[in-house]
Amino acid sequence: MAEFLSYFRRDRLPHIWCPGCGNGTVTGALVRAIDKLGLDKNNTVIVSGIGCSSRSVGYLDFDTLHTTHGRAIAFATGVKLANPKLKVVVITGDGDCAAIGGNHFIHAARRNIDITVIIINNDTYGMTNGQASPMTPRGMFGTTAPYGNIEYNFDLCELAKAAGATYVARATTYHYVLLEDLIAKAIMHKGFSVVEALSQCPTYFGRKNKIGGAVETLNWIKDQTINVKAAASLPQEKREGKILIGELYKSAKAEFTEQYLELIDRLREADPSYIRNEGESGCELNSD
Amino acid sequence: MAEIIKLMQGNEACTMAAIAAGLRFYAGYPITPSTEIAEMCSEELPKVGGRFIQMEDEIGSISACIGASLTGVKAMTATSGPGFSLMQEAIGYAGLCEIPVVIIDVQRVGPSTGMPTSPAQGDVMQARWGTHGDHPIIALAPGNVRECFELTFRAFELSEKYRVPVIVLTDEVIGHMREKVVLPDPSSYTIPMRPMPESPEGYKPYAADPNGGVPPMAPFGMGYRWHCTGLTHDENGAPTSKPSVAEALTRRLYLKIENRTSELADYFAEQLEDCDLAVVSFGSSAMASLSAVRRARNEGYKVGMLRLKTIWPFPTKTVKSLLAHAKKILVPEMNLGQLALEIERSAGCGQPVIRLGKANGELFHPDEVFAAIKEAL
Repeated sequence: MAEFLSYFRRDRLPHIWCPGCGNGTVTGALVRAIDKLGLDKNNTVIVSGIGCSSRSVGYLDFDTLHTTHGRAIAFATGVKLANPKLKVVVITGDGDCAAIGGNHFIHAARRNIDITVIIINNDTYGMTNGQASPMTPRGMFGTTAPYGNIEYNFDLCELAKAAGATYVARATTYHYVLLEDLIAKAIMHKGFSVVEALSQCPTYFGRKNKIGGAVETLNWIKDQTINVKAAASLPQEKREGKILIGELYKSAKAEFTEQYLELIDRLREADPSYIRNEGESGCELNSD
Repeated sequence: MAEIIKLMQGNEACTMAAIAAGLRFYAGYPITPSTEIAEMCSEELPKVGGRFIQMEDEIGSISACIGASLTGVKAMTATSGPGFSLMQEAIGYAGLCEIPVVIIDVQRVGPSTGMPTSPAQGDVMQARWGTHGDHPIIALAPGNVRECFELTFRAFELSEKYRVPVIVLTDEVIGHMREKVVLPDPSSYTIPMRPMPESPEGYKPYAADPNGGVPPMAPFGMGYRWHCTGLTHDENGAPTSKPSVAEALTRRLYLKIENRTSELADYFAEQLEDCDLAVVSFGSSAMASLSAVRRARNEGYKVGMLRLKTIWPFPTKTVKSLLAHAKKILVPEMNLGQLALEIERSAGCGQPVIRLGKANGELFHPDEVFAAIKEAL
């Protein structure tokens, strides 16, 4: 326990999250994944946007960047491109990433820039009291969907894959061990990696939809999911309506910042006086 | 090495100055009439160990610049009215978080899409108050191609020194006009540097002396492990809603620049000492204005010229003292009276301020200004 606390700014605790919130579970999974990988705290930058989930970075003892709503990935793009040796992780929520930040999400995926995005998806805007988000399932309720949500939600993992992400995975706060493992794999993947963490907001989503408290909401999430490996051997009718968890997609494709340095190398062949600046400091542990 | 003599356009001069000042990161989105800056950065920055990225929009562009600046590199973006509007939230972020960043705004006719290829000067107030809250900002307005170089270089000096976003307010004509420019020997430049802390030991990212001090800024990835947030924060960078801390922070940030108004004031003045009428202008409107003022002098009218190079913080005291003798003030500008508002509000000594506004996408002709001078006298 003590070694995990060393990743936190203990003077900033306790956190602001409600009892039963899943944000702490995901933040814990990230910290344990970082610990397991042995990442250098001084060369890991954690970036977030706005919302409950994005408050996590304030508690973490790294260089941390709490940005504007929806723009975490754009800020992170600047950090990573300016100094490609830094490990850059983004923590975002479903509103932050899938609504206001959707454009940056798909374009960072398209570039395949080496950033890991962890989306804490609790199906709602928790910070502003439970409005419907792009991830609120059709028919569910929110404070701006008092008659039930008539919109469709995204499959964020399919979106990430289609946009060009080269590592896509999904877990839940119920499946903690899987979540931690997938975050570690995503961080070590070279390229744009996405881990969607289905999470519970008992305070707003759970209550508004009469699911119950934290445990009931967690079970509600668990019951909708099925592991991608198990799903492979199941008949179609048993997979119907289920959300797949596990490693969903992985591919190898040239990474953006590496491409940029290669571009500089090409120019240097013509004129050796040109400068190849890889960044001043860096993470010893490189991605695969 | 020697001085550089070159025929170049304003946008090119801005880019050359930026790279000379140490620009190593450019993120931008194509928009007329600023795009040459992005194009040139895409070509030149990889040669000097810098980075260029074309982002998905202007919000992403300035956000990426702020992220890059946090790693210790000098960052810039360029845009025009519609893109400048999109950047406003992040400009406020840079102001609050004290992240150096330079924004070139090549103004065009608005509102909205307006006339993309025509010049205007309608972003004067947007440059000052485009983002919400009381925030620090500096805006400089070059009046010719050489000044595009000088003031862009100056923008980096000020942005780094005071940890503040600096806007270079040009316009379509200044940006695209070509002039012969003589630039100093590149080896004579001193690359501007931001204040840096000495050691991570006890580092407080927002600890500054209360008299408008600028806290030293640690680059990410150097072991300082600090928190940068757009929430109102204390000197440790921790979010706070404590009224006394919030008040002190906002006032420090605001006064950091406002208290330096006189030293930041930069202008061109001619024959203001004995004038009955002072013409006050900036940017490309000042070119026609100066021509009209000189013609009026030749014809015996007592007219003087003031061209502001620093627009924000508005140099109230400087302008007031320069215009002390003028009986009337004429303000030609390619908008319906934005600079004139500042002159009326703060600089006049009770003299009538005549607005000579223009919103048709055309430059002032010296004859127009000359006619307005005659009419005013």
